[in-house]
Amino acid sequence: MFFQKDAETMPRAKIREIQLERLRYTVRYCYENVPFYKKKLDDAGVTPDSIKTLDDIRRIPPTTKADLRDNYPFGLFAVPMKNIVRIHASSGTTGKPTVVGYTAHDLDMWSDCMARLCAAAGATADDIVQISFGYGMFTGALGLHYGLEKLGCAVVPNSSGNTEKALMYMRDFKTTALVATPSYALYMAETAKKLEYPMSDYHLRLGLFGSEGCTPEMRTQIETAWGLFATDNYGMSELMGPGVSGECEERCGLHINEDYFLAEIVDPNTLEVLGEGETGEVLITTLTKEGIPLLRYRTRDISRITYEPCKCGRTFARMDKIKGRSDDMLKIRGVNVFPSQIESVLVGMQDVSPHYQLIVRREGFADTLEIRVELSDISLLESYGKIEELQNRIRHNMHTVLGIQCKVSIVEPNTIERFVGKAKRVVDLRNQTEEKS
Amino acid sequence: MAIRQISVFVENKPGRLAEITGYLAEGNVSIRAFSIADTTDFGILRLIVSDTEKAAQVLRDAGVAVSITEVVGVSIPDVTGAFANVVKILADAGENVEYAYAFLTPEAGHAYVIVRVDDSAKAANILRENNIELIDEVAALG
Repeated sequence: MFFQKDAETMPRAKIREIQLERLRYTVRYCYENVPFYKKKLDDAGVTPDSIKTLDDIRRIPPTTKADLRDNYPFGLFAVPMKNIVRIHASSGTTGKPTVVGYTAHDLDMWSDCMARLCAAAGATADDIVQISFGYGMFTGALGLHYGLEKLGCAVVPNSSGNTEKALMYMRDFKTTALVATPSYALYMAETAKKLEYPMSDYHLRLGLFGSEGCTPEMRTQIETAWGLFATDNYGMSELMGPGVSGECEERCGLHINEDYFLAEIVDPNTLEVLGEGETGEVLITTLTKEGIPLLRYRTRDISRITYEPCKCGRTFARMDKIKGRSDDMLKIRGVNVFPSQIESVLVGMQDVSPHYQLIVRREGFADTLEIRVELSDISLLESYGKIEELQNRIRHNMHTVLGIQCKVSIVEPNTIERFVGKAKRVVDLRNQTEEKS
Repeated sequence: MAIRQISVFVENKPGRLAEITGYLAEGNVSIRAFSIADTTDFGILRLIVSDTEKAAQVLRDAGVAVSITEVVGVSIPDVTGAFANVVKILADAGENVEYAYAFLTPEAGHAYVIVRVDDSAKAANILRENNIELIDEVAALG
């Protein structure tokens, strides 16, 4: 299903033409309206007139989250406050929140983007959609809210919290679609099972999930628990909120709203632009935003992009589900390794706990990766053979997923450090002399 | 007739074995027999102790991974070929010996051997039918 079929199925040449025209407009717009960008572009020797092809974007230095923080709260806004009609902010868990402002035109574009993604995922005007994202400064709830309304859905803005009441509405309204984080969707399913109502009282058929990662295992769990079709969408408040990209019913990547966002993939260390299909950090340039336009924003998210046409008919490029954060990425023997990949292997195995530690060493001229995992099935203590078999199985699965050989060490249960907040699971000893124990 | 054995996961790092056996000493648990073998990363310590429940408890309280299994204990005469005879009986019955270890006995002229097999009950029956003397926890812990 399409919300704006003409735009979503444009020939690639047409997309590139629109992108170039809008890129040139946006660079000039930033240069003339945001002192931060004027300085940045001047320092880099880039004038708006010198942007003649899409590749010229590579001459523009990227924008980072730190740039938004340094200009807190409104320093990067390109319009006076009389033109701003909405302000959102990121959660600020890693420092000062980043603040974004929207003009009326921005909100209109945002809800178009969202309506497209919801339609692509299978939502229609017949759906009753419950939004279980927290409303407030967070962009998730209101982004989906306006997009779904624009699509004609009946939106139930019940927000997060008070799960039992949300479940009551779901039963009584015969809600057909759910907007939530994957983990909250699972929590709701667990709560529903504890109540006295049969699962047949719920009518969910579609899940529009986002705002956090979701492993394939978790997606299957959610789909089985609710009997729904789960889709993923992507965005971030700095760029607008959700609506940058999302899965269609083919679920073979997230279609990027390319007429509004120009996506690049770069090597997170060198910032060198990578080719189609190569994995690296996603950089996004907003192409029409008025409130707070951003040039080559470093999302820190790792993915890859394909421009191949999709079975659904959309010509917009597709990005993979986010593989990890560039801050967490390890480069081992030239291969990018993400802790999230290792986690996905361990979560799928029953004999070990999902707690792990990665140790990277340099032996001679080669990097080595050791993965330390806790044994959780202590009945394996009965036999060396079984533990060795487990070690081999983990090593094999890791090799399949990571593409490199690694050493797997089984350690005692409950000996790997637990983290309450952001976990620090990597010990990189490549540039240190290690004490032999 | 079965004897309960404690298996403990021991990481290969200096002092870990001393720590684990130390917990047993503090808990007043006496070790009757043990075996330890290792790979490069870890070892598995197998113990027959004076008080299995208590040993398991003090180790678990100390955060040590413990597993309890049943093993077969046999008493064999201290003569050439005695152990070979026991192993052959088990082999003929299709019982695979995962591992085995011997320990001192209060009974002169005999050796006690702990044998871990797939099916302890079946192995015990076969050995008994072949006139092999089995030991129980009382004898082992005596």
